[in-house]
Amino acid sequence: MFNLKRARWALFLVSTLLAGSAYAQTVKIAFIDPLSGLLGPVGQNQLRSWQYIADIANQKNWAGGPKFEIVGFDNKLSPQESLTILKQVEDQGIRYIVQGNGSSVALALADAVAKHNARNPGKEIVYLNYAAVDPDLTNSKCDYWHFRLDINSDMKMEALTTYLAKDKSVKNVYLLNQNYSFGQAVARAAKEYLARKRPDVKIVGEDLHPLAQVKDFAPYVSKIKAAGADTVITGNWGNDLALLIKAAKDAGLNDKFYTYYAATTGVPTAMGAAGENKVYYVGYWNVNNEKFVGADLAMGYLKKFDDDYYTMATYTGVAFLAKAFKETKSTDPVKVAKALEGMKVQSLNGEVEMRKSDHQAQQSVTIAKWVKINGKTVKYDQEKTGYGWETEVVIPAYVATQPTSCQMKRPG
Amino acid sequence: MAGTPSTLRYRPLNLARWLIWGLTALVMAVLPQLFTQGFALTLMSQMGVAIIFALSYNMLLGQSGMLSFGHAVYSGLGAYVAVHTLNLASKGQIWMPVSLLPLVGGLAGAFFGVLFGYVTTKRAGTTFAMITLGIGELVFSCSLMFPEFFGGEGGVTTNRVFGQPFLGITFGPAVQVYYLIAFWCLASMALMYAWSHTPLGRIANAVRDNPERAEFVGYDTQRVRWLTLIISSFFAGIAGALGMINFEIVTAENVSAARSGGVLLAAFIGGVGFFFGPIIGACVFIFFVVALSDYTKAWLLYLGLFFMLMVMFAPGGIASLIMMQVQLIARKRFGRMAPHYLAAGASGLLVLAALILTVEMTYKVSVDSSSGTLMKLFGVEFDAAAALPWAVAMGLWIAGGWLLNAARKRVARAWGEIQAEFLQESR
Amino acid sequence: MEFFVISLLNGVSYGLLLFMLSSGLTLIFSMMGVLNFAHAAFYMVGAYVAYALGLKIGFFPALFLAPLVVGVLGALVERYGLRTVHRYGHVAELLFTFGLAYLIEELVKVVWGLAAVPYRVPEILEGPLFTLYSTSFPKLRGFMMLVALLMLLSVFLMLTRTRIGLVIQAALTHPETAQALGHNVPRVFMLVFGGGTALAGLAGVIGGVAFITEPSMAASLGPIVFVVAVVGGMGSLVGAFLASLLIGIVQTFAIAVDWSLGGMLAVIGIVVNEQTPLYSLWKLQLSQVAPVLPYLLLVLMLIFRPKGLLGTRAD
Repeated sequence: MFNLKRARWALFLVSTLLAGSAYAQTVKIAFIDPLSGLLGPVGQNQLRSWQYIADIANQKNWAGGPKFEIVGFDNKLSPQESLTILKQVEDQGIRYIVQGNGSSVALALADAVAKHNARNPGKEIVYLNYAAVDPDLTNSKCDYWHFRLDINSDMKMEALTTYLAKDKSVKNVYLLNQNYSFGQAVARAAKEYLARKRPDVKIVGEDLHPLAQVKDFAPYVSKIKAAGADTVITGNWGNDLALLIKAAKDAGLNDKFYTYYAATTGVPTAMGAAGENKVYYVGYWNVNNEKFVGADLAMGYLKKFDDDYYTMATYTGVAFLAKAFKETKSTDPVKVAKALEGMKVQSLNGEVEMRKSDHQAQQSVTIAKWVKINGKTVKYDQEKTGYGWETEVVIPAYVATQPTSCQMKRPG
Repeated sequence: MAGTPSTLRYRPLNLARWLIWGLTALVMAVLPQLFTQGFALTLMSQMGVAIIFALSYNMLLGQSGMLSFGHAVYSGLGAYVAVHTLNLASKGQIWMPVSLLPLVGGLAGAFFGVLFGYVTTKRAGTTFAMITLGIGELVFSCSLMFPEFFGGEGGVTTNRVFGQPFLGITFGPAVQVYYLIAFWCLASMALMYAWSHTPLGRIANAVRDNPERAEFVGYDTQRVRWLTLIISSFFAGIAGALGMINFEIVTAENVSAARSGGVLLAAFIGGVGFFFGPIIGACVFIFFVVALSDYTKAWLLYLGLFFMLMVMFAPGGIASLIMMQVQLIARKRFGRMAPHYLAAGASGLLVLAALILTVEMTYKVSVDSSSGTLMKLFGVEFDAAAALPWAVAMGLWIAGGWLLNAARKRVARAWGEIQAEFLQESR
Repeated sequence: MEFFVISLLNGVSYGLLLFMLSSGLTLIFSMMGVLNFAHAAFYMVGAYVAYALGLKIGFFPALFLAPLVVGVLGALVERYGLRTVHRYGHVAELLFTFGLAYLIEELVKVVWGLAAVPYRVPEILEGPLFTLYSTSFPKLRGFMMLVALLMLLSVFLMLTRTRIGLVIQAALTHPETAQALGHNVPRVFMLVFGGGTALAGLAGVIGGVAFITEPSMAASLGPIVFVVAVVGGMGSLVGAFLASLLIGIVQTFAIAVDWSLGGMLAVIGIVVNEQTPLYSLWKLQLSQVAPVLPYLLLVLMLIFRPKGLLGTRAD
C-alpha cells in the first residue's frame, strides 16, 4: 500500500521537475544520521540544527527563490541501513543528502552515491558530509559528488599539535583512542606531527580500546598515570569520552585532555566539574569566540529546542548550497556540484573555501578549554552545567591546511 | 511385517504441494512487475535474504531444538568471504561470476559451521545458547580488531558490476539483483524443505524431542546437532552473500548480536513449528525494521511488544494461527468463528489505536517536545500536551480493553465448542 | 607497586559491581531455571528510578527505594507475564525475557529520552577515600564494594538462616511437596523473581552513578553478566562471586599489559614484522583484547568445564 503512495509521490515530483519549473521550488535535503540508539541524541540535535538553519535561510531568502526542507532519516548508525535509505531517497526524488556521524557510514555513502550517479545519469545525488572526518574521504577515497564541510582529523591534529608545540609544560603524551579507522588515524597523525613539531615530547604510551565496549576506564587511567603522562590526546566520542573523563577525575588524574568531540551532546553533562581547566577540544567553531559570532543563533536554538547548537557546519552547508543555487539559477545537482568546487562563503568562523582539488572545506580551526562561565570570555553555558568553552586560540585556515593525495575524477 | 523387503507405499502426486511451490515461484517472479519502485525492490530483496536466513535459523531452533544467539556469525562470515572473493574477481585475479557468489558464501558459512559447531554443539539446551552467545560476541569483537579482513568500522565495500555483461545481465539494476535473490531464495527454500524430510532431518527432530531416546536408539546426538548446524550455516552463508550483493558492502554489524537476535525474533514471530513459519516471520520482521522505522521512532517498542505477545499467547507464531484457521476452513467451521474474529479484530484495533496514541504522544512529549508538541497521527493534527488527546487515549484503552476482553471470551467459547465437536466426530 | 595495588583495587571493585548484577541472575536461575535476559534491563531501570527518585528525596533514600520499585516491577512481570509462559517451558520463558529486554529499553527511552541523564554522585561520596602514593581511590568505589559485600552477606543469611529462605529452597527443588505442605509455590516464584530483579536494581543505583545512566547501559553490560553467571556455574552464588572477581581482576590487569604474541616471539628470537603472515594477529596487544577476554573465558569454560567453576549441573 505504501509502495503505491510512494510511487505516486515520486511520479508527481518527477513530473514537476520535467515541467521545467525546477527553480523556484522547495529543495528537499535528506538528513541521514542516527536518530535512535547510542548516538541518537547527537543526531537529533544535528537534525534540528539543519532545520533551524534552513528555516533562517528560508526567511532571509539566501538562495534567492528556492526554499530548503530537511527530511530526517534514521540510519541507526549503520552503513547498510544508510544504503537502504539512499534507495528510498532516490525514490522520493530527493537529490541532496547530508550525513555526518561515523566515518564508516560516510565511506559507504560516498561509495554508493558514486555508483548511483554513474549508473543513473540524470538522477545524480550530491552528498554533503558535515562531520565525518576520516582523512581518506578527501584523499585516497575522494569522490566528485562528496563535499566535506567539517575539517578532517589530520587538519585538527595539525592545529592541535601547532598549539601544543608552544606549551612547554607538555612533555609526556599518552594517546588513547578507539580501535577503528578514525581512532587509528588520530593516533598515527598525533605521532607523526608531534615528532615533526616537538621532537622533545615523548609518547609515553599508546592504547587502542574497542569501540563502545569499555565500561570501566579506571584501568586505563591508572595506566596513564603509571606511564607518567601529563597530556592525553584522544579522538574518543560519546560515552567512551564521558566515561574516560569521569574515571580520570575519580582517580585524581591531573592530566590535560585534548579531544575532538568534548562539545557534542551528552559529554558536557558527563564531564561537569570533572573536566574544569583540563579538557580541550579542537573544532571549527566555538560559540564563545572573540566577537561571539553566531551566539545569537545558539541562543535562539537554545530557546527553541532547549539544547546546544554546536554543529556549525550546518550553517556553512546551507550557505554553500544557497550560493550555488543563486549562482547557477538552478537546483540541478550536476550544475550545483560544479559550482561548489572552489566556492567561497562567509560562515560563522570566517571565510570557508570548498577546495577544488579534494572537496575539503578550508577554514579556521579553534581550540577551546572547558572552564566556568564568567560572563566575559565565556558566556554560553553548555548543557546547563555552569561551564562553557573558552577560546584558547584560533588557527587560520592556511596554517591548518593539508596537502591532498586526491586524484579527482570529474564526470564528462 | 518385519523381514518383508518391499514395503507397500502409497504415494499420490502431491498436487497441493506442487501448487504451493509453483504459486510461490510465480508470485516471486511477478512482484517486481507490480512494484517497480526502487524502494519496493530493496524491501523485497531484503525479504528474500531474510527468508533464507530465517529458514536456516529454524533448522536449528524449530527442527533441532537448538536455541542459538549467534547465528549471524555464519551469515556474516560467509558474506565477508564472498565480498573478498568478489573483489578478487573484479580485479581479475580469480574467476567467479556474481551469480555463483552465494555458493562461495555458503561454503564459507559451512566451513565456520564445522569449526565453531564442533565446539558449540557439544552441548544442547541452555549451555548451547550461552556458548553461541559467547562465540557471537567474540567474533564481533574480532571484527574490529582485524581490520585487514573485516575492514574495520567501515566494512568492506565492493562493486557487483564488473566484466562483460552476460546475456545483458550486469547486476547493476536492482531488479536483476532481485531476481538473483529470488532464484537463490526459491532454491534454498526447496532444499531446506527437502532436508527436513531426509533421515538426518527426521533424526534432528528426534534429538530435539527426546535426546536420551535418540541416543539410546544408537544415534550420536552431538553428531546430529553438528551436522545440522553445518548445513544450517551453509544456508546462512548463502543469505549473507546475497545480502552482500544487494548492499555492495559488508560491515561488522553483519556478525553482531543484534543481527543474531533479529533472526531469532523473525523465526519465532513467524512460527518455528512449521516450515513456512519463518518465511512469514522474515517478511513481517523486515517490514518492521525497514518500513515501520520510517513512520515511528518507537518501532522497536512495537516490535518488542509484538514479540512478547506472541510468546505469551501464540507461542506457535503466526504460522500456527494460520494453520488453526486452515483446519477450521477444511472442516467448514470457519463461518461460525468469523463473526467472533471480526469482533475481536475490531476491538483489537481499538486497543492498538490506544497503544499507538499513548506511545506516540509520550514520545512526543518526553523526547521530541522541543520542536513543539503538535503532532499528526492517523491524519489528524493535535497537541500532545493538551488534555483531550490523552482523554481520548484513555477512553480507547477502557473501551477497547473491555470489548476485547468480551470478544476474547466469546472466541474462546466458540473455539472450545468447535473443538468439542471435532472430538465427537473423531470418535 | 602503586600501580599494582590500585589496579587490584580497581579490579576488585569492578568485579564486585559485576557480582551485584550477576547474583540476581544466578538466584533466579538457580531457583526457577529461568535465564533472565532482561536482567541488565532491570539494572538500567534501577539506575533511572534512582535518578528520578533522587531528584526528590535524595540519593540515600533512593538507594533503598529504587531496588524496591524494581523488585515490585519484577514481581509484576513474573505474575502477569512469565507465569503465563511457564507452561510452555524454559525456552519460551527465555524468549519472553529476551523480548522484555527490548521492551524495557524502549520504554526507558520513551520516558526518559535518548540522552544520558545527569545522575550525579552525592557530595558525601565524592572525592578520594584514601590516597596511595599519588593515586587516589575514590570514595564511591569503596562504597560500591561495601554495598556489594553487605548484599552478599544478607542474601546468604536470608537463604540459609530464615524460614522464608528455607521455604524458597524447598519450593524450588521439590515444588509439589512444598505445595502439598501448604506453601504457595507460585508466590514463592514471584518473590524470588522480584528479589532477583531488586538486586539488579540495587546494582543499577550504584552502577548508574559510577558510570553513565543512558538507554544503552543495559545492552552494553548484558552479555558480561551472562559470562559471570556461566563461568561461575549456573546457579551457584559463591561461584558467581568468584567469577565476578576473576573477570574484574583479569580485565583490569590485561589492560595494563602491553604484551603481544609478536613480542613474545621476539623474546625467543623470532622477529615478527609486517611481512610476516598473520601480522595483525601477532601485533595485537593484550591490552587491546582485554575487553573480549571474558567471552574467551566463557567459551573455554563451556568447552572444558560446562558446569562452570562451582556449578552442579551442566545443562
